[in-house]
Amino acid sequence: MTDIYQDTPAKPAERQFTVSILTEDKPGMLNTVTLVFTRRKLNIDMINVSSTEVTGVSRFTIVATTSRGQVEKVVRQIRKHIDVLGAFVYEENEIHYQEIALYKVPTKIFLDGVEVEKIIRSNNARILVIEKDYIVIEKTGHKDETSALFKTLQKYGVLEFVRSGRVAISKSKRKTETFLEELEKSTTHSLNNNGTK
Amino acid sequence: MEQMKTSQQSSPTTKKKMKIAGSEAVILSLLEEGVDTIFGYPGGAIMPIYDSLYHYLDKITHILTRHEQGAAHAAQAYSQVSDKVGVCFATSGPGATNLITGIANAYMDSIPMVCITGQVPAHLLGTDAFQESDVLGISMPVTKWNFQVTSAEEIPWAIARAFYIAKTGRPGPVLLDITKNAQFEEFDFEYKKCEKIRSYHPYPNIEIKDIDDAAELINKAKKPYMLVGHGVLISGAEKEVMALSEKAGIPMASTLLGISAVPSDHPNYMGFLGMHGNYAPNVLTNECDVLIAIGMRFDDRVTGDTKRYARQAKVIHIEIDASEIDKIIKTEVAINADAKQALELLIPRVKKTEHKEWIDEFRKLDEIEYEKVIKHDTYPDGDKNKMGEVVRLISEMTDGEAVMVTDVGQHQMIVPRYYKFKNPNRLITSGGLGTMGFGMPAAMGAQVGAPDKQVISIAGDGGTQMTIQELGTISQYKIPLKMVVLNNSFLGMVRQWQELFFDSRYSFTEMTNPDFVKIAEGYGIANSRVVKRSELKDALKTMLDHEGPYFLEVVVEKEENVFPMVPSGESVANIRLE
Repeated sequence: MTDIYQDTPAKPAERQFTVSILTEDKPGMLNTVTLVFTRRKLNIDMINVSSTEVTGVSRFTIVATTSRGQVEKVVRQIRKHIDVLGAFVYEENEIHYQEIALYKVPTKIFLDGVEVEKIIRSNNARILVIEKDYIVIEKTGHKDETSALFKTLQKYGVLEFVRSGRVAISKSKRKTETFLEELEKSTTHSLNNNGTK
Repeated sequence: MEQMKTSQQSSPTTKKKMKIAGSEAVILSLLEEGVDTIFGYPGGAIMPIYDSLYHYLDKITHILTRHEQGAAHAAQAYSQVSDKVGVCFATSGPGATNLITGIANAYMDSIPMVCITGQVPAHLLGTDAFQESDVLGISMPVTKWNFQVTSAEEIPWAIARAFYIAKTGRPGPVLLDITKNAQFEEFDFEYKKCEKIRSYHPYPNIEIKDIDDAAELINKAKKPYMLVGHGVLISGAEKEVMALSEKAGIPMASTLLGISAVPSDHPNYMGFLGMHGNYAPNVLTNECDVLIAIGMRFDDRVTGDTKRYARQAKVIHIEIDASEIDKIIKTEVAINADAKQALELLIPRVKKTEHKEWIDEFRKLDEIEYEKVIKHDTYPDGDKNKMGEVVRLISEMTDGEAVMVTDVGQHQMIVPRYYKFKNPNRLITSGGLGTMGFGMPAAMGAQVGAPDKQVISIAGDGGTQMTIQELGTISQYKIPLKMVVLNNSFLGMVRQWQELFFDSRYSFTEMTNPDFVKIAEGYGIANSRVVKRSELKDALKTMLDHEGPYFLEVVVEKEENVFPMVPSGESVANIRLE
């Protein structure tokens, strides 16, 4: 564990962490989760919420730049919310992740030669739709990759650029369902037993 | 409704179905949870519930406070003395926002409470309707759980869940916001108690290895030291704490909210921790080799500068809330558990031993504190009243048996320092939030929750005026509470800081006060004022002998300072005696 005494005032090393949270699918959960970040004036770099393979369970994937000590405290405080099933923090090397970016460019840039086509091919991007006035290019990848393509396309004119939050999958082999089952076993709901395992 | 089913699979008490209005379902559900007292204030959006309540006044007592904040504080203190969950009602909009301070206070101090607010009809939500406020949004950061009920069918489920969440694990306040249409709607009422929520784990399973590791540290320790927190009172682990201390010869000290868990005269009890706590418990925090923190969260008022807090010690932290572990102080052994459960397992594993020399170190410092501070505070000379003496006398005259309720400020530190508690749960104070105005309404709730006990509120002149309207409630219901106002015509604690750290620039801390006893008189409450020290004892006796509510103003020395003191940002070891 990081030395918690170093968190303030000297700033510890900051880096990107991915926080993955499983919650009951209920209104207000987004507020509940983000409040914990807001309280500590911690900015959320990216956020994604979606359903999981288990009915009624949502997954939040949040990316934030902070210290290990700080993010661990945030995750523990998120865990304690009633409708939160689990919350985990991952370093970049503990997950597989992707983001998706869409680029809206004028159709005419394809008419002036093959350059843009080459760019799309070399970036492993693809064309999503072709309209009379514009074309939408899609690329999945990490932020540096989607940003690099944006930079390249910029000189041809980009009408709009959007990027999704991160979706991440952990390298652990455990299924979400198994996690939920283990959760049931590892805790007690009343003080009737002696509480040990 | 899917989740509702999963959370109530194996519930025992299933009542027969009957068609009733949502408002009546609220009352019946509260009765199912054993509620017999509610503090509240009616208004437009909660009128159907108040109308239903009217039909159940043989089963439920409702106390009409004079402000919703008062209702929340009263419900909290009621809960603290009675072991029941405090319940309060308020209407939408301003009624609900007025509750927030009280809810935040209960949240910081882990007190179970169920707050029910009325809300505009569901079809008007989000339209800026009359007296609409986003209570769910506002209360989210200060509640353990909150929920908006928009249809009558959700009422029994939400109330069952609210009580279960409020009182289990680390307790806390819960808010239910019930729209007016849900109160009017009729439905088939059926009540099942909540016994389980799959995403909520109030009692973590204990790792036996953690207990063994803790026992090993304690058994090897030369200077072990126990910190007793509010968690000890919440889990009812008072006997276990004393048993551990007695068996392993460990000195104990208490946080503000842990006070009264251990009797003040216990031979191993060393006093009160933190900024204005006792000298020895603070200084020797930085001398112990094993620090056993039980049911406490290392508040900054306890630790002072954390970089210079117990860095020499190996820390064992017994705490039910996992998010408190390693939050402020790094632990060697963390036992994420209910205090009583953990101690029951720990006690048989520790060796019987004594640490006489170590305990003597505390006693030596106690003598210094007595000579420099306590003696002058509690046995002063001259004819001016001192707060310390007032509290010492009350302690002696009530034989340490009273429920003491404080407001916030200098007197709040004096009460735990000089009242000699004999029984648990006898100090009610606003610890985490430090809410001025807490005292009088809380004392009122405490007296309602413990009608057979002597309840005494001690407050300053500043805090008293923040919720002074509750004298109306005390008068109306003849709540036989004894109120002592220590009047120094200053916001004393702030003034003390200004004197010590801001070159005595008394920026807006002096107060021109009303004639307090005339106000009490106006409310029809027996009263008196003491100015001279020579008259103090008789005045206190008159107050204590009085049958009904009594208001006593004690004019105290204007510029008295509370010592010892750990200046803000200092190490506990550098606690000042003067």
